[in-house]
Amino acid sequence: MGLTMSEKILAKHAGLAKVAPGDIVTVKADYAIMPDLAFTEKLGELQRVWDPERIIIVFDHIAPAANVALAEAHKSAREFARKFGIRHLYDVGRQGVAHELAAEKGFFKPGGLIACPDSHTATCGAFNCAGRGLGLPEMLYVMATGETWFPVCENLLFEIKGKMPQMVMSKDVILHIAGKYGVDFALNKNVEFTGPTVKEWSVSSRMTVANMCVEIGAEFVLFEADEKLLAYLEGAEAKGPFEPVAPDRDANYSDKIEVDVTTIEPQVALPHSPGNSRPVSEVEGVEVDQVFIGSCCNGRFEDLEVAARILRGRRVHPNVRLIVTPATQRVCREALRAGFIDIFLEAGACVTNPTCGACYGGHMGVLASGERCLSTANRNFQGRMGSRDALIYLASPATAAASAVTGRITDPRRFGGAM
Amino acid sequence: MIIRGRVWVFGDDVNTDLMYPGFVVSLPEEERPRYCMHANRPGWAQQVKKGDIIVAGRNFGCGSSRPAAKSLKDLGISCVLAESINGLFLRNAVNFGLPALALQGVTKMFREGDVAEVDIRSGEVKNVNSGESMRAKPLPEQLIKILEAGGLLPLLAKEGFLKL
Repeated sequence: MGLTMSEKILAKHAGLAKVAPGDIVTVKADYAIMPDLAFTEKLGELQRVWDPERIIIVFDHIAPAANVALAEAHKSAREFARKFGIRHLYDVGRQGVAHELAAEKGFFKPGGLIACPDSHTATCGAFNCAGRGLGLPEMLYVMATGETWFPVCENLLFEIKGKMPQMVMSKDVILHIAGKYGVDFALNKNVEFTGPTVKEWSVSSRMTVANMCVEIGAEFVLFEADEKLLAYLEGAEAKGPFEPVAPDRDANYSDKIEVDVTTIEPQVALPHSPGNSRPVSEVEGVEVDQVFIGSCCNGRFEDLEVAARILRGRRVHPNVRLIVTPATQRVCREALRAGFIDIFLEAGACVTNPTCGACYGGHMGVLASGERCLSTANRNFQGRMGSRDALIYLASPATAAASAVTGRITDPRRFGGAM
Repeated sequence: MIIRGRVWVFGDDVNTDLMYPGFVVSLPEEERPRYCMHANRPGWAQQVKKGDIIVAGRNFGCGSSRPAAKSLKDLGISCVLAESINGLFLRNAVNFGLPALALQGVTKMFREGDVAEVDIRSGEVKNVNSGESMRAKPLPEQLIKILEAGGLLPLLAKEGFLKL
């Protein structure tokens, strides 16, 4: 039986010829990425690091610090970097959401393996790079030794077919999958993607899907490397050797799921689960108080571009706060140069600095009781963005922008031709 | 490792945001567990007694890497039994020294307030009230060793990687 992409990456990083589901393997990571929140826990003082060049500290969840507790966490992150000579410190002014920032910097390499204590680390799967969330205690072990362990899980293969309908984004496809198959469909399994539609998707669109596979329980999520990915990597800051992996023809997938996108409508996930998704036509008209466009799921240039096209020459509804949070400094600058930021400001949106912001509920758009927010992020768990009595709906940047204009959940196809 | 405790029953998809709401990172560490299940079951954290056990449905611990398992342990929870458990939560649970076993059918076996007895090494789970018992697939030996050491942090300290 041949190997899947995740099996090949695990085998290579474990120094083994092959691995099989059921094995537990010890692997060497390429990079350890530490977000600011990792420094809010006092778990002990690390005595050594394996390689300061391979440790990356990113201020993202609540940056700049929103209160003294966070300021202290940020301070200890800076002190940690200084103590061990870690130069990859992306402090305020150079910050951004870790998964987008690491992509821009060139840390996600095809065939690579990332260790990061953020559950959405699987986003790097769009780069043919394996990553999944780890816990804080084991990150201490990774930073000390470069090593961690993984169970080799079963693999699911999604084959995505069909032409993407107008105003339907990859976010809609993954929300549709979460709704149809459930939030534990891929629980403790790896997910790989193939099919003609995947080739049509930009790297950014693939990142959204890899990111949200975490919400169906996935461990590693992998896309194949192709020309689009190689072109993206040309624009990354660090270029380096890499070895992409492709699945063997007889790779061992426990299940293959075909998804035809031709008939998929824009989707909205209702509170309090990403699996509560349904076609926007069934939800249209629900009034919203806040719309959030941002996050590691949908805070990239492509997402802001879609929102800007809809918002150009229009105004945000007077009852709505539209908060736009570019994922990184680079996304922010590129959006500024492209004129998107001006479009957002002209429309009456609040454009914030790059951060996880409202998605994490730490600052920049915390919700009050009874408020409804339509968000482009990946989670709508109860209480996530503030009050336990707030309601969070998930959708694509197109649906979010359209809804910000009307003040109600709105089918973006009503703004047809904007995309 | 035999654990015995009073059972609290939870449903499916109990996520880490519920166990460790985002806002608690701004609170002193000792106050954070008080807000465990604050959104879905306010007041629960105040009723938990040392040694209590959680019995939950599918997909327990879905969500993020935040130290939700640590909050449960700090509250006094001695073990989690669930129909299925998220892989990241399980890693965190073991690494913070909180035993967690996946066992299909476990929610049918217990009512809230029952007493459960769990043999972590063999995977044997017993309802002391009804006498019913089932066997979960035991955790791999490496993970049982981490649990027996009280979690990964004391092991890291022992190896000289960490000063506690």
